[in-house]
Amino acid sequence: MADITHPDGQDSEGNGTTRRDFLYLTTAAVGAVGTAAFAWPFIDSMNPAADTLALSSIDVDLSPIAVGQSITVSWRGKPVFVRHRTAGEVQAAEEAPEGDMIDPEPDDARVINPEWLIVVGVCTHLGCIPLGQKPTDQRGEYGGWFCPCHGSHYDTSGRIRKGPAPLNLPVPEYEFLSDTQIRIG
Amino acid sequence: MVNVLRRSALAGLALACGIGIGAAAHAAGEAVEPPAIDWSFNGLFGTFDRAATQRGFHVYKQVCSSCHSMDLIAYRNLAQLGFSEDEVAAIAAEYRITDGPDENGEMFQRPGIPADRFVAPFPNEESARLANNGALPPDLSVMAKARAGGPDYLYAFLTGYVDPPDGTELMPGMSWNTYYPGHQVAMPNLLFPNGVPYTDGTEASVHQQAYDVTNFLMFTAEPSLEERKEMGVKVILFLIVFTALMYAVKRKLWADVH
Amino acid sequence: MGHGLANSSFKNPVIRWMDQRLPLFTLMHKEYAAYPTPRNFNYFWNFGALAMVVLMVMIVTGIFLSMHYTAHVDYAFDSVERIMRDVNYGWLMRYLHMNGASMFFIVVYIHIFRGLYYGSYKQPRELLWILGVIILFLMMATAFMGYVLPWGQMSFWGATVITNLFSAVPVFGDQIVMWLWGGFSVDNPTLNRFFSLHYLLPFVIIGVVFLHVAALHITGSNNPLGIDPKGPQDTLPFHPYYTIKDTFGLGVFLIFFSLFVFFAPNYLGHPDNYIPADPLVTPAHIVPEWYFLPFYAILRAVPDKLLGVVLMFGSIAVLFILPWLDTSKVRSARFRPIYKIFFWVFVFVCLMLGYCGAKPAEGIYVVLSRLGTVYYFAHFLILLPLLGKLERPLPLPTSISEPVLPRGGGAITAGATAKPMDKA
Repeated sequence: MADITHPDGQDSEGNGTTRRDFLYLTTAAVGAVGTAAFAWPFIDSMNPAADTLALSSIDVDLSPIAVGQSITVSWRGKPVFVRHRTAGEVQAAEEAPEGDMIDPEPDDARVINPEWLIVVGVCTHLGCIPLGQKPTDQRGEYGGWFCPCHGSHYDTSGRIRKGPAPLNLPVPEYEFLSDTQIRIG
Repeated sequence: MVNVLRRSALAGLALACGIGIGAAAHAAGEAVEPPAIDWSFNGLFGTFDRAATQRGFHVYKQVCSSCHSMDLIAYRNLAQLGFSEDEVAAIAAEYRITDGPDENGEMFQRPGIPADRFVAPFPNEESARLANNGALPPDLSVMAKARAGGPDYLYAFLTGYVDPPDGTELMPGMSWNTYYPGHQVAMPNLLFPNGVPYTDGTEASVHQQAYDVTNFLMFTAEPSLEERKEMGVKVILFLIVFTALMYAVKRKLWADVH
Repeated sequence: MGHGLANSSFKNPVIRWMDQRLPLFTLMHKEYAAYPTPRNFNYFWNFGALAMVVLMVMIVTGIFLSMHYTAHVDYAFDSVERIMRDVNYGWLMRYLHMNGASMFFIVVYIHIFRGLYYGSYKQPRELLWILGVIILFLMMATAFMGYVLPWGQMSFWGATVITNLFSAVPVFGDQIVMWLWGGFSVDNPTLNRFFSLHYLLPFVIIGVVFLHVAALHITGSNNPLGIDPKGPQDTLPFHPYYTIKDTFGLGVFLIFFSLFVFFAPNYLGHPDNYIPADPLVTPAHIVPEWYFLPFYAILRAVPDKLLGVVLMFGSIAVLFILPWLDTSKVRSARFRPIYKIFFWVFVFVCLMLGYCGAKPAEGIYVVLSRLGTVYYFAHFLILLPLLGKLERPLPLPTSISEPVLPRGGGAITAGATAKPMDKA
């Protein structure tokens, strides 16, 4: 768009000039609004598209996951850890002293049903995927997950207990559709 | 449309038959101009007739979808026609989607979800041709934009089945259509009075069904039509104001020069 | 080579600091603000600026479209449809891009015919004109390759037919065509390279446009009278006079553009391109986009394959030597009564060729195409050289301001235009 400023900053003297300034300013303002409005579709086109958003929630069937087992599901391109915790793991998570935690948070704020822990499996340090999903994996000093990249230890509630990661593994938004069915997102 | 090219290459024999028929049909004569219909989506302020489009979906589902795929359309797109979220989920759940592989390496079937694309009637082009005498029923997703005459043509075509003129010999398996280029078409007339049960009290005449399904096909071909026209009116009004202002500025500025 | 800081007349300290080190502001001021422009432009002189704006619109929409497009034969059609359906405002960007191509050619063709009418190609603007013809060539290549990307039936068969033109080249024809395809037919390698080049060429166009404008600013603009400005009374600073006039023209143009984008987005397209490409079925009636139709008619007018291709490319190439074919010293057709008539005949012939290009190559259309082709070349190769010798031009005005200014008002208005920036 061309610059529509007044040809020169001469002081207004008389009505003609004032009216002209007003016209120039109005036109410039309308042009600026139009340019801004034109930019918006382009910016918005980089937001997630409708087909991407349509897959932003997934349903997970919990019935095949035995106590003590974990599964990983892919949600919005990231791994989500679904762990069927044992009574011992639940107890350890609930009784852990918040005093020594890096990011203190009670276990009951991180679960809906204590048997099921659902967290996004991306280390809050630099984005690696922590180990601990497979029975053979190292689970770290607190029995949850261990990130091999820089040695972050997560407990059975997915909380960071030791290592460089600053925050607990985030809990995604989810709801129980039935006792054995959850919807994440 | 995945792998159409490679599959086509493999389908040489079936194709040879198909094209042979198509080419002969083209040679037989020129198409008749379809009459112009006053569609609700025509014009500067056009919108889709929701009721007709919803009925049109049922016509597609009950009649067309037994041969024609709609690979580009997802069940969630139906929400734009006024179906509720639950209705869309229920429609999607009627279909079985092949998904997988699961942890055993097997493909499995699951109920459809709104994000799934319409389930195609045939798994691939070859089986579609096999079931249709060598002819391939085209995908209908953008059909309303893919034929000269657009929706007018589709409506005329669907209502254009008549007996062939005296002395014309129909090739085996072909039907006579006034509006089809070449007139001899592999698709038989499939719309019959009350062939699709309408639940909203509309009389399901052949013309009504053709009208409704054409509305639906226009929607699938151009789902952004309403948004486009609505924005267009605003953009043009804005540009008229801006241009008028620019004209005034130009006149004032040049007043001293002339 | 100079050392130290450049001179800057800007007072704002930040701008001045930058300008002394890299005098972009001085350059912009000189070329786009102070640039002395003939005062008598008519609205046909808007189209250069419009072409610049459309080029920008095409590049911006193209960059955003490419973020969502997949250049693969299995996914290209679907990815374009995904843009139309699922990407936020994807339909808007795609329709802007698709119709923008047509708008670009409308604007550039008017720009070219303006140059033909007012003799803008003549001494000393020959190189300026040649750079313009190069831009036209690049635009055509870009538009052709862009049309292939949606991978519809017309994309595929258009690509097949146009690349096959090169098979007319003696001896090496088939090798050249294989090289263009990267295979034995138009296929995935072809699509990939076309996408790559379609993305690249617009930036080459920007480069040549820059040279085009640079050359323009050396010789100065031509004008409807075709005579050189004699002094400051004949010119106006580009800004604000022509920036404002161009922006007004842009408004009118954008209304025209918007009518297509929002209310008839597929009017200039072809329904067959909404059918996915099928290498085994050719559409009954292949036609290129409207802006190629006159050249397509020339191609089909000639029964010999090689000669048809040569004439088609020749119809544009002849423009390169136009400055030396036209022997008349008078630029503007306003003062060339006979050329003026032939100019309009030429416009009519180009339109007729376009019409024939859209029709099947049979019957009367072949005859008209042949007549049109002969006239097209005769216009450049016979009429223009002869007219310069035979025609008696009308007397030229002595200066631009003479026919523009009211008699006797010269002194006052000359004062007003000498320093127009001070006028309120």
